[in-house]
Amino acid sequence: MEPKAFHHALKIRQDVCIGCSHCMRVCPTEALRVRDGKAELYENRCIDCGECFRVCPTSAIIIEQDDFNKIYNYSYRVALVPSILTGQFSDEITASAVTSILLKLGFNEVVEVETSVELLKEEINSYIADKKNTKPVISSFCPAIVRLIQVKFPSLTENIMLLKPPLDITSLYIKKKLHDKGISDDQIGIFYITPCAAKIAAVKSPVGEEKSEVAGVINMNLIYNKVLKSLVQLSDLEKGFSEKECLTGTSLIWSLTNGEASHVNGRCLAIDGVDNVIEFLEKLENEEISDIDFLELRACDESCAGGVLTTGNRFLTVERLHDRANDNMLANDLGAKNPLLGYKEFLKSKIGIGEINPRSMMKLDEDMAKAMKKMERVNRLMCFLPGIDCGSCGAPSCQALAEDIVQGKAAISHCIFLQKTMEQFRKLHPDHSFRIMEKIWGKDRFEKNCNKIDNSKRYH
Amino acid sequence: MHFDYKVEGGDFTRAGYASSQVKRSLKQLNVDPKVIKRVVVALYEAEVNIVAHAYHGNIHVEINTEKIKMTLIDEGPGIANIEQAMQMGFSTATPEVREMGFGAGMGLPNIKNNSDEFRIESEVGVGTKLNIVVYINK
Repeated sequence: MEPKAFHHALKIRQDVCIGCSHCMRVCPTEALRVRDGKAELYENRCIDCGECFRVCPTSAIIIEQDDFNKIYNYSYRVALVPSILTGQFSDEITASAVTSILLKLGFNEVVEVETSVELLKEEINSYIADKKNTKPVISSFCPAIVRLIQVKFPSLTENIMLLKPPLDITSLYIKKKLHDKGISDDQIGIFYITPCAAKIAAVKSPVGEEKSEVAGVINMNLIYNKVLKSLVQLSDLEKGFSEKECLTGTSLIWSLTNGEASHVNGRCLAIDGVDNVIEFLEKLENEEISDIDFLELRACDESCAGGVLTTGNRFLTVERLHDRANDNMLANDLGAKNPLLGYKEFLKSKIGIGEINPRSMMKLDEDMAKAMKKMERVNRLMCFLPGIDCGSCGAPSCQALAEDIVQGKAAISHCIFLQKTMEQFRKLHPDHSFRIMEKIWGKDRFEKNCNKIDNSKRYH
Repeated sequence: MHFDYKVEGGDFTRAGYASSQVKRSLKQLNVDPKVIKRVVVALYEAEVNIVAHAYHGNIHVEINTEKIKMTLIDEGPGIANIEQAMQMGFSTATPEVREMGFGAGMGLPNIKNNSDEFRIESEVGVGTKLNIVVYINK
């Protein structure tokens, strides 16, 4: 029995997918296969990192978002914006201009996600000082990393920091503030502008929390287009309109690499890029690495600046945010003006999250005796498979094929090398092996088509 | 079910290979993460001991539904005083080895702490044999 399905923001459009296997080759948890000429997702393995989305040449992988018009279901609409949105645009488009445009688009209020960082910083430091918490404490900031640990590093789930990420704390604050103003819960619609798929999954099926306060999620690339389109209609007055900045410089760069680690006490490391994180966690699990207090782990290269839904160049985004942070640092004592701190005690009482449970994708069977039989079979199969991970069978590696075979999801004749061997010994008819390959890759792959490559060059 | 690995003395670049492989298998066998952790920590320490002190060695790992049994046999200088070697912080590691982050004298006691059964035999000038058992349901 497969465990229950998890909400994934990533969807594969079967009508657009050409089964080119680019996604299968980059998936860090081997969650993709090619069958019937289309990519197929093993849902319990997917961590919503979005690496597949980046490499898909036909834009067949989409990130499901809420319809923009859904905001009008609510009479009080709040845009919850991560600071990196402002880093998407060239220097002339100020943070204030972006805010003005969002208000024009129909929001009543714009709040930066990082508003709660000031509070969270203190809480993280007391969390780490608490000897009861398993070291190193792993940040709960990146939802793809939380999911990666659940499926691939089950023994490290106890290291994940049981504190809400800024997104959740800030939405709690917005709700509380508006309730105090007499606006009822059903009137408030908080919409998060997301830089990645993982944050959508975190909103739609949160880990360690009952439900999210966020009413909907809008992809950052959609807002990017809307902002640029509205820009021409913006008056100079509105462009220059300076909303009262209340965030400290250090809060603004929280979502960048080293944003957390540079503000946490003790020995901290910041690691970005999902492959780098996996390499490090392997060592951590063996206890080859010790005496670290805090780990900031982010799935994307350059953290959220490299989010799959961002449009701007990640390095320029980082530069712009650092510039904006430095400007803010010049203004004294911005943090003290942060209105969120007025709700400090309330938010502190709600900042914790429940236990995070492992849901290992690695196990071959719930029952250990059965799992052992399957593993013995996998090991025997590996003696026959060529070990070159060519992917012609529709699985990302020989090991993955062997595991699929013992789980009844593939057959040994899917291996192109074994087909040749079987043909030589007259155990398999060439017509039959041709049909097998057609079944995996689809008939189109075998037809003469000069545009096969051209079609594959349609980038996002 | 069993696995065998060869370990070369002095090859720190590959230290941890056997424990990583065993870890992967135990995850696939749906063994409790806490048990896996103890096995991996004990095996890693023992593997590094061979790399750091011996000339070469063999690791034999046997897994059944009750326990994980690890046997590590090396050819090496052996241990003259086992009692002393079992004390926290005692180490004969060379400064070069310590510089690489190994040899803090936590190895053998740490292996013992993570195992349910632990036996060590050693003969000076011949080598050392370690038996480590971790129970799966305990």
